[in-house]
Amino acid sequence: MSVLRGVCMSVQRITALVQRHVYLMRGSWPRILELMYWPTVQMILWGFITLFLIDHSSWVAQASGVLISAVLLWDVLFRSQLGVSLVFMEEMWSRNLGHLFVSPLRPVELVGALLVMSLIRTLIGLSGAALFAMPLFDYYIFDLGWPLVAFFANLLMMGWAIGLVVSGIVLRYGLGAESIAWAAMFAVQPVSGVYYPINILPEWLQAVAFFLPSSHVFEGMRAVLFEHIFRVDLLVNALVLNGVYLALGTATFLMFFRIARVRGQLLNVGE
Amino acid sequence: MNADPIISVSNVSKHFDRIVAVDDVSFEIRRGTTTALLGGNGAGKTTTLSMLLGLLLPTAGRIRVLGEDILRHRYRVLPRMNFSSPYVDLPRRLSVEENLRVYARLYGLRQARARIKELGAQLNLTEMMRRPYGQLSAGQKTRVALAKALLNHPELLLLDEPTASLDPDTADYVRGMLQDYKSRTGATILLASHNMSEVERLCDDVIMLRAGKLVDRGRPRALLERYGRQNMEEVFIDIARDRRAGGDQEPKQAAP
Repeated sequence: MSVLRGVCMSVQRITALVQRHVYLMRGSWPRILELMYWPTVQMILWGFITLFLIDHSSWVAQASGVLISAVLLWDVLFRSQLGVSLVFMEEMWSRNLGHLFVSPLRPVELVGALLVMSLIRTLIGLSGAALFAMPLFDYYIFDLGWPLVAFFANLLMMGWAIGLVVSGIVLRYGLGAESIAWAAMFAVQPVSGVYYPINILPEWLQAVAFFLPSSHVFEGMRAVLFEHIFRVDLLVNALVLNGVYLALGTATFLMFFRIARVRGQLLNVGE
Repeated sequence: MNADPIISVSNVSKHFDRIVAVDDVSFEIRRGTTTALLGGNGAGKTTTLSMLLGLLLPTAGRIRVLGEDILRHRYRVLPRMNFSSPYVDLPRRLSVEENLRVYARLYGLRQARARIKELGAQLNLTEMMRRPYGQLSAGQKTRVALAKALLNHPELLLLDEPTASLDPDTADYVRGMLQDYKSRTGATILLASHNMSEVERLCDDVIMLRAGKLVDRGRPRALLERYGRQNMEEVFIDIARDRRAGGDQEPKQAAP
């Protein structure tokens, strides 16, 4: 009974933090617009590149949605990571961490709230781009069917893992390190095979790519689009890797949180 | 009055690399008292408060708060205490009411709406409930922070300069409110302050820190007698400048 009560209280505290960020978004339409802006601009850019390449590339012609699917799924990864990092940095910008952590909020509940907010922000950001793609390029990402859910969930989890590590680094090294939040994900983009098959990479980089859940997702996406098959093996690889990375990401954040408690950084946050 | 210590600090030290912020400090605070933690800038007041809250881990020593080891069972204690400081903000873009709602939920408050309304009335916040926190004056922010600190009916209230930035009238009102809260609930208050008239009015007990060490302790009246002074401000200066109690009025070190 007390375990159940503890779980209920945890859910309530996570909901409280989510409520805090929903209040923030609700009170500022530019924030919501900003969430949808870049995914939509990226989608439009790659939509026109697709229109051009359909007539000039037999590879794109085989599956005209490959580039738009790739850019939309890439944005799931990027937005989910930003969703964790920026929501955490919002607490640092508002110098609110001290109050939060003298309340009964546990660090792992903060992590839970960050993940929920990341999901909400990613869905808002992507929905705009996906909806615009329909009339503009006659492209329906939902045509990917159920595999889309698997791709989305895996990219979301990978984004969460990286977002937690970035948040931990920002907590440890201060807001001077916030640019890492914007740059971190681009380090894995070339090796993830977002816009091209993994087999064009040098062999040693293919080995690196194997350890990225994103590379399995984008290979899986191309299998659906080109071969019309859903590669369960790739999904399993991505899920296993994501389980490991999410555990590592959470552990890293909690480690940096503990260091912050040793160094007195929870009250004195900032640059 | 219950004589059980509500806070028990034993041989606590905190080092930041080579800097010793708190040096082997021990004290107890009894339930239902108001205690001032005094000292000049850098004396270790905020560091001590942070360790009592569990925000900062001590390098050595043991801290028990509300009967629990704060390092091991922090989450058993935190719902029963609260904290306010003008140096820790609330989200600036959220309205006062939104901020209080979020914290009411974090503390698992039942009937949060009624409690927020009650505190709003007590702290003269009713008119500004819908205004963004960031648009309030420093004094108004202090009152909102105090409302947040009282949301969960804390048994133990830790306050860092509770009346900083307040005009004399509002500061007097807040002191009255703290006295009233303590007398109604039997709560224990530990406050860090630089306002000595506040300390004389509110506090039963004073702990003096200098360079991280506990250098003196006593009731305000006892300290006044011991140092042969008329008010706590003079006592504060004596202790901060390391003048000994009982007539040695020459400073042992240059004034800052």
